[in-house]
Amino acid sequence: MSKIVFEDVHKSFDGGLRVLNGVSLKVEKGESHIILGRSGCGKSVLLKCLTGIMPVDSGDILADDISVGDKKRSKEYLQKFSILFQGNALFDSMTIIDNVVFGASQKNKDKSERRKIAEEKLLAVGLEKRVFDLYPAEISGGMQKRAALARAIAVEPEILLFDEPTSGLDPVTAGIICNLLKETIKSLGVTALTITHDLRVAEFLEDRISLLNEGRIVWTGHARDMENSGNQFVENFHRASNVITQRSAITAE
Amino acid sequence: MYNPLATLGKYTVSTLDEMGRIFLFALKGVKSCLLPPFYFREIFRQMTTFGFYSLPIVGLTAVFAGMVLALQTYVGFTRFNAEGAIASVVVISITRELGPVFAGLMVAGRVSSSIAAEIGSMRVSEQIDALMTMGVDPFKFLVAPRILSGILTAPFLVLIADIIGVMGGFLVSTTLLDFSTGSYISQTIQNMEAIDVISGLVKAAAFGFSVAIFGCYHGFYSDLGARGVGNATTSAVVSSCIGILILNYLLTALFFGI
Repeated sequence: MSKIVFEDVHKSFDGGLRVLNGVSLKVEKGESHIILGRSGCGKSVLLKCLTGIMPVDSGDILADDISVGDKKRSKEYLQKFSILFQGNALFDSMTIIDNVVFGASQKNKDKSERRKIAEEKLLAVGLEKRVFDLYPAEISGGMQKRAALARAIAVEPEILLFDEPTSGLDPVTAGIICNLLKETIKSLGVTALTITHDLRVAEFLEDRISLLNEGRIVWTGHARDMENSGNQFVENFHRASNVITQRSAITAE
Repeated sequence: MYNPLATLGKYTVSTLDEMGRIFLFALKGVKSCLLPPFYFREIFRQMTTFGFYSLPIVGLTAVFAGMVLALQTYVGFTRFNAEGAIASVVVISITRELGPVFAGLMVAGRVSSSIAAEIGSMRVSEQIDALMTMGVDPFKFLVAPRILSGILTAPFLVLIADIIGVMGGFLVSTTLLDFSTGSYISQTIQNMEAIDVISGLVKAAAFGFSVAIFGCYHGFYSDLGARGVGNATTSAVVSSCIGILILNYLLTALFFGI
């Protein structure tokens, strides 16, 4: 049984703008699956549909055979997920530790246990105790990303979702965060679905990659097979990503 | 060709549509206030923001309103040799009308805008999405505490505004207009009725509700980006002020209507 199933998912916005045009995809249990695509191709919308933030127009999304539209089981459905948002989405009005405690509280643990879990998770993602009582606006982007990851794993999810996890970070911090995500996925043994436009992130985290273009999954496979996939769009995407990587390396040198 | 009737019709339909949305939003907000879970920490935080931090501006407005009212009444009433009625005019005007309305409008400017900006920013930075994915109902976490704090703290603010406003009138009357302290106080007490104060407090609770609902509504449905949040803030202040003025008339008619 697949952990997540997208069945012919369609989504349009007012004015007739079609964003998802029949997405079908299966993510297996324990897999780290990457959805790769250009900016504006509908990756984030797909993630919002998966978490029920946006309703789908037609088709269905299932997690462990529970439909996203099943209102009677919506709490059970949502408890399977935890999401690391592109902009971190830490609550401004709470300190870093309170953000993580708030995440842990969704599993109805008692107050002292929540605090203990929050401290453990914050230390696990490499944050020092001195930042625990600071507010999100008082720490760097990399630290915020770590704190958001700590909040995400404090929920003890079965499925971790990462929306552009390295967006806005410098290459060194991005590398550190990628390592942290990989270690987290491995140590927790969870299913992970990552949305990114960055082939380097995809190659680093992948078990399998799916390419999204014009609202459809056009190819699924491994990064090493992209170059000779036989699909023009996939090969062009691979080539363009490599050119950028090489230019960045030359500039850095 | 430009058709003014079509434009008017379109505007009317969109206004009615917006009013319907606000009504449903308010209904959902009230329902969230009545059913658990309750986020007590958030309610307390909102009560502090709504009530405690509004005290200076509300107090300042009330004292000057009371002072001006005493001066204006004196100037007008001397024409009819009715200066003795100043104390009763000040206390009735402040408790029935000026206290609640001025406090409501000041709170609308201060709090409604801050609610809209805070919730709007949370929308933009995906914090509301984060709440939803955690299985937390944003209405219970964001809207209900603000509605409760508005309804519970606004009457206290108005009560304080009433006291300070009456004190303002007293100060001007006794220091500038040569009223004796004892007779001013006894006239104030004699002419003040319980219904004057109670109607003001009921109005305050309604105004607090208006400020919270319009702030939350415009923040919740703000467009993305800095401009969207800016527009939401402006709309929240304008709508809650209009809401206060309409509610003021309706409640006045209800309490004192002939």
